[in-house]
Amino acid sequence: MVPDDRRYTKDHEWVRLDGDEAVVGITAYAADQLGDIVFVELPAVGRSLDAAGTFGVVESVKAVSDLFAPVGGEVTATNDALGGSPELVNSDPYDAGWMIRVKVADAGALDDLLDAAAYDALIAAG
Amino acid sequence: MTEPEGPRQTPLQDRHIALGARLIEFSGWLMPVQYGSILEEHRAVRERAGLFDLSHMGELFVEGPEAGAGLAAALVTDPPSLAIGRAHYSMICAADGGVIDDLIVYRLAEDRFLVVANAGNADVVSDELAQRLEPFKAVLDDRSLAMGLVAVQGPRSREILAPLTDVDLAGLRYYAIAEGAVAGIPALVARTGYTGEDGFEVFVDTARTGELWDALLEGVRAVDGVPVGLGARDTLRLEAGMPLYGNELDLETTPFDANLARVVKLGKAGDFVGRAALERIAADGPSKRLVGLVVEGRGIARHGYAVHVGDRRTGVVTSGTQSPTLGVPIAMAYVAPGDSQTGTMVDVEIRDARVPARVVDLPFYRRPA
Repeated sequence: MVPDDRRYTKDHEWVRLDGDEAVVGITAYAADQLGDIVFVELPAVGRSLDAAGTFGVVESVKAVSDLFAPVGGEVTATNDALGGSPELVNSDPYDAGWMIRVKVADAGALDDLLDAAAYDALIAAG
Repeated sequence: MTEPEGPRQTPLQDRHIALGARLIEFSGWLMPVQYGSILEEHRAVRERAGLFDLSHMGELFVEGPEAGAGLAAALVTDPPSLAIGRAHYSMICAADGGVIDDLIVYRLAEDRFLVVANAGNADVVSDELAQRLEPFKAVLDDRSLAMGLVAVQGPRSREILAPLTDVDLAGLRYYAIAEGAVAGIPALVARTGYTGEDGFEVFVDTARTGELWDALLEGVRAVDGVPVGLGARDTLRLEAGMPLYGNELDLETTPFDANLARVVKLGKAGDFVGRAALERIAADGPSKRLVGLVVEGRGIARHGYAVHVGDRRTGVVTSGTQSPTLGVPIAMAYVAPGDSQTGTMVDVEIRDARVPARVVDLPFYRRPA
């Protein structure tokens, strides 16, 4: 079971509300599928993101994958630790491996995303 | 011979699945890309040992009184110059000098050679060789599907293989091959590889490849080694500066472009396919040059990314990754000859950004002596 304190996208990002900000990362399933993550490219603080728009790139040894914003809003912080330690996304995807914080434009938009049970069902279906 | 639809499977397929490998289609074969972490597989080979299923490679035996002469006419190297039991890196080129495939040629006997081709080109090379050998008293026996190939690579390779074989490994030099038994299985044992480490490649009949794998895996495990998939095979060969067909080599590329002039034996007697074109290129100089790059900004240069000097596009990245050993992004790229000097600064176009990179000498990694 994935953590039930947050919502998920079909593209395997997670988003957790923290006050009026949303914290965004990728799921353990996504990190495992990518394999060893060696580079994470994140947006500049202050950039405005559209929901479902790309906000960055994650690279494993073999592959390059786009990151999609689960919700729209302005980027208020990025996880600087991933610059030197991108492997945190593999080892601790739901906590230390977080990627960006976003000032959420519409908190209600999270209700349209998958809850933990629905996301579990999605990855179980492969 | 009829084959089932879909990708070919190596004789080790069930073992890979049991080991938890992630399988992908590669060159028409279903192959393990990784068993666990690519980085851990990579490090295991650099520090201890790794075991590779290379049964997808093509094994072409050429035999007959004119086998050597026939190969000399078909390839850019001079196989008759090989001592029995020795091998060299070679290429089969088209008439215009483009590379059809890169090969290893082993001399097994006075009139018997083994040519090992890349999986994706094995059928093309087999057909092309058969045609080129036509005028010669030599017979081509394509045993690609009848043979399995397992490689042990890494500094501990010799101590893993030694107790399992009657081949004198201490006496088996780099790029040498010997017949013998491994784990009781008739085998050809070669001291060759594609990782930049010491290691051995063991050829056996398809039917006995599973037994061979099991015996070698036990030895590899005993030194804390692991089975290794194509993912780490690619990062290992890239650090070692070795070309991969389809990335650094193709029909649009000549050996001179790839800094492999030493492979082309223009001084050998007799004609060979591609000679006229290759002599011209040798005289005029190549139109592009393969270089090593170390990315100095943020980002990883990948296959297909454009390379610029100032506003001028100079070439393209052929392979790139984050080097597990060096901890920096490395790449190989073709650039204009004038931009190929060591130390030249270029920009790699990584998504929307131009990221600086420095031309460096290849290989990126050389094993400790």
